[in-house]
Amino acid sequence: MSGVVTALGVLLGLLLGIGLVLRISARRMAPDEDSVVEKINAVLPQTQCAQCGYPGCRPYAEAIARGEADINQCPPGGEAGVRELAELLGREPKPLDAERGETKPPQVAFIDEDRCIGCTLCIQACPVDAIVGAAKRMHTVIEADCTGCELCLPPCPVDCIDLVPRPAPFIWPEPGARTDSIPIEVRHG
Amino acid sequence: MDLLLIVVSAALVNNFVLVQFLGLCPFLGVSGRVEGAAGMAMATAFVLTLSAVASYVLTAWVLEPLGLEYLRIVAFIVVIAGLVQLTELTLRHVAPLLHRVLGIYLPLITSNCAVLGVALLNVREQHSLVESALYGFGAAAGFGLVLVLLAAARERLELADVPASFRGAPIALITAGLMALAFMGFAGFAKL
Repeated sequence: MSGVVTALGVLLGLLLGIGLVLRISARRMAPDEDSVVEKINAVLPQTQCAQCGYPGCRPYAEAIARGEADINQCPPGGEAGVRELAELLGREPKPLDAERGETKPPQVAFIDEDRCIGCTLCIQACPVDAIVGAAKRMHTVIEADCTGCELCLPPCPVDCIDLVPRPAPFIWPEPGARTDSIPIEVRHG
Repeated sequence: MDLLLIVVSAALVNNFVLVQFLGLCPFLGVSGRVEGAAGMAMATAFVLTLSAVASYVLTAWVLEPLGLEYLRIVAFIVVIAGLVQLTELTLRHVAPLLHRVLGIYLPLITSNCAVLGVALLNVREQHSLVESALYGFGAAAGFGLVLVLLAAARERLELADVPASFRGAPIALITAGLMALAFMGFAGFAKL
């Protein structure tokens, strides 16, 4: 009988001890700073364009959290992004740093496939792997993944990449919606 | 010399994965990419060494004086689970990106049979505290070595012209088998 009591006591003590250690270390290493980084990162537009001077959005978010970078270095986020960051961090909103670049409407890269020579340089430059293609084969852009960061423009040796405004997403017409005209095309001749 | 022998024996001669066939699930699960494999190897090394020490302390100071050896497996699993939680907390704090890469495989270290195997083998071989720690470290080094090797091989296999029916898991298993054959070459180098 006493054996059972000792066994239960030892196990209970073990569990309580480990639980206590975990609780204390969880307090100590609360992902406090991380969650701030995550929140900042969630506000940033994730274009990975590096116009802020950091290699991507997350490094920039980390720099803001450390207090190294200012909140007005993200042109794709625009004034709205700066305002959102200021609200999140409890700081005064300030105008966008004009040196970093200008805010543009959403755009996507478009490769003129007739001019592409298949050099793969833009594939290496793309921060989000939105360009597919192989050496000496035509390249093309995966529109859904392209962030319009313009980083593929400088390496292209034949200037076959253009940035076009992002087309509005196609929305299927609502079923049952009343249309007054029946779409019939009349061809003459 | 004996201590060095313990490390070499646990890492190469009696390699936990390829010779004793313990810890096969993370071996095949996390060996898709070298970076993930290296991170997993380091996390496992941390847990393995610590759990070897902790289980020795638990056995020598608590279970044996009280005559509770039959609680060994339960107590070891509890200690290992706690250590894994601690590792996860530390990793999330220090390297959040690696934490995300490892994902579900990090908590799964708990059920890595190599970790429990090291703790139980330490008791069976009646290792001292230092020997236990070195045995755990050697086992972790061997596990990490074969994990990174297999990950490197599998990264190359992705680009190889593998017959369709062998792609993915089958070719990985065949590769692991060939690696195990190579590790048989170490057999008999160190008796332990």
